[in-house]
Amino acid sequence: MELTDIIKAENIVSQKSKLITENVMHYCPGCTHGVVHKLLAEIIEELDIQEKTIGVSPVGCAVFAYNYLDIDWSQAAHGRAPAVATAISRLQPEKYVFTYQGDGDLASIGCAEIMHACNRGENIVVIFVNNAIYGMTGGQMSPTTLLGQVTSTTPHGRDEKLNGFPIKITELLAQLDGTCYVTRQSADTPGAIRKTKKAITKAFQNTRLAKGVSIVEIVGTCSSGWKMSPVASNEWMREHMFKKYPIGDIKDI
Amino acid sequence: MGDIKLMKGNEVIAETAIRCGCDGYFGYPITPQSEIMETLMLRRPWEETGMVVLQAESEIAAINMVYGGACCGKKVMTSSSSPGMSLKQEGITYMAGAELPCLIVDVMRGGPGLGTIQPSQSDYFQATKGGGHGDYHLIVLAPASVQEMSDFVVLGFELAFKYQNPAIILVDGAIGQMMEKVELPDYTPRWSEQEIEEISGDWALTGKKNRKQHIITSLEYSAPPQEIFNHKLQRKYKEMREQEVRFETIHCEDADYIFVAYGSVARICQKATELLREKGIKVGLLRPITLYPFPTQAISDLCSKTKGFLTVEMSAGQMLEDVQLAVEGRTKVEFYGRMGGVIPTPEDVIEAFEKIFSI
Amino acid sequence: MTEEIIIAGFGGQGVLSMGKILAYSAIMQNQEVSWMPSYGPEMRGGTANVTVIISDKRISSPILHFFDTAILLNQQSMEKFESLVKPGGTILYDSNGVSTPPTRRDINIHKIEGVRLASESGNPKTYNMIILGAFLKVKPIVQADNIEKGLQKSLPERHHSLIPMNIEAVEIGMNQISTVHLLP
Repeated sequence: MELTDIIKAENIVSQKSKLITENVMHYCPGCTHGVVHKLLAEIIEELDIQEKTIGVSPVGCAVFAYNYLDIDWSQAAHGRAPAVATAISRLQPEKYVFTYQGDGDLASIGCAEIMHACNRGENIVVIFVNNAIYGMTGGQMSPTTLLGQVTSTTPHGRDEKLNGFPIKITELLAQLDGTCYVTRQSADTPGAIRKTKKAITKAFQNTRLAKGVSIVEIVGTCSSGWKMSPVASNEWMREHMFKKYPIGDIKDI
Repeated sequence: MGDIKLMKGNEVIAETAIRCGCDGYFGYPITPQSEIMETLMLRRPWEETGMVVLQAESEIAAINMVYGGACCGKKVMTSSSSPGMSLKQEGITYMAGAELPCLIVDVMRGGPGLGTIQPSQSDYFQATKGGGHGDYHLIVLAPASVQEMSDFVVLGFELAFKYQNPAIILVDGAIGQMMEKVELPDYTPRWSEQEIEEISGDWALTGKKNRKQHIITSLEYSAPPQEIFNHKLQRKYKEMREQEVRFETIHCEDADYIFVAYGSVARICQKATELLREKGIKVGLLRPITLYPFPTQAISDLCSKTKGFLTVEMSAGQMLEDVQLAVEGRTKVEFYGRMGGVIPTPEDVIEAFEKIFSI
Repeated sequence: MTEEIIIAGFGGQGVLSMGKILAYSAIMQNQEVSWMPSYGPEMRGGTANVTVIISDKRISSPILHFFDTAILLNQQSMEKFESLVKPGGTILYDSNGVSTPPTRRDINIHKIEGVRLASESGNPKTYNMIILGAFLKVKPIVQADNIEKGLQKSLPERHHSLIPMNIEAVEIGMNQISTVHLLP
């Protein structure tokens, strides 16, 4: 084979999803969002539901998700994505509606909205990327920040007496009767990414069956906020985050 | 002719919403407007027209549900009362920033804080000057009768979609709780997918199919494009000020003195006008129907032949400032107000009028 | 014609619904009406009052200080509203509920033993209709057949079987009213 043959269409063995736009991503090197975006694009393409899918982006680093995934998007106020998704889903019941939220958005300011959307059993998917920090605003403590973890607002490490405990919101949501599928995954290895893809696919399929809320938490990294290299971030995540936030299905009915 | 009924103002809001093809109502209970959601739940419009009615977990969630519904090009609404409206301001400014149409009903009660549940007009500033953060305005309609409660639901949706902007019915608890004769509109079906395509096809989230993706957001990354967008909003508000001013005048032609009042207070001032005219005192009434855009020109035009305006409000004097701006010092602008849920009677207004103008 | 009426009594006496039936009856003869309840967290046993205005023309203020007619069903209401009846106006009161009769002589005064009549009729819930009947005897502003239409409109359909009983109560009120003081 000539060198120039490699770029010929018939020799392509892998390419990005058609749903990923040409926009250059603003995410930092090592950020988990990029991987999750790619998975979403692939799943929506493979399920052939691009024209039926509406995403709701949060406030946080993923606010610009609409720049990268070629579907219809609504950008919600901080924490309110589940309320926005509720109305979209109720007014267009044939659509696949998902929220894409971080830990500050979902587990802090948006606690009421996620709780009650789950309790009502809205027919939506929740993609919850938990990196235990406020990335966009520069690395402040989030509700899922681990005890002892250093952030710009816990410069001496998170102290439960001062800041309370890291919240396992996903386990809480699994208690609610309106959730049908609650799982926690990660995206740090090819194997983990494959499992996450399976989980998100299943979540979208649950929408088709009108089963209620499916929540896929993805434990992720924030190299910039954690002030570590991407490799070190993944190691730190596996060592510390997985202990508090163990990987696996929490609920599947 | 439509149905003639005796109904409470709040019930009329609900009934008209169903009849005018509203797609969704999202609310949270608060006195004195809970009858709106209660009436809807009792009527079960989802069985009749397919309208969605949902009790949200908070006013914040309710207005964000309205945001979600409006994103889809649907006719959606919420209602609340003063403390609840403060909570809704976040969602309202996002909708103004994302240029989303919706209808909001604020049945005002006495404040600040939790205040009283009795009628008040102390949220005029909040409704007409923006309410939330950022340079924006709502279209503000002020009904003075139960009939106008019905009419303005229809008009509010019409203007909201015309300008892609939230519209608000700003009314005091008295109109919400009183019953009057009302002629309800005939049923209009909810918009079909095709109609939504025709009306809002270039922005609504209907699923990306054979077109560019649609994004509803109020976020801008850098300052210059945000300024350009803000200029666009300002042009829209200017157009509203040129096209949409609505007001009513009663006996203003030969009036020496003119009351300026809106909502139930305008009715009270109308009675005061009648009683004063019986005594031979030439008074008139100007009733703003749109509080934004405000009838600035109409008031300005009356300045030269008027000895004075008396602005009457159930507040410490909020609309008063807009009257003063319209008059620009050319004649007297005086104020009489009651607060905290106390409703003035026509006799109270007459007494204040005679004292203020030494008649 | 414009008639400005205050109806006041205890919560649970049917003050608000009496006002509603009167207003609906006026609508049946093509008049303008307004019905404005006293505003506040009313409870059974507390005082309740409602301002009803019936007119041939558009009604201005639904909120009034002075009234053409006051229908007063308990002592508290008498104390509050006796002085607010316009000179030449009318008070109708329930002498079973009011311990101190009105003393003004610049108005017409009528009374009815509403509580006794209602309990004797065997249908104590029609109390407010007895009062309405008495009012219509002195101020026949609404025709009898429009009262029936008003009842049909304001009562839910499942209660329509009660309409004849209510009409009977209106007749009792019309027959049993007595005049205390009439202006010349």
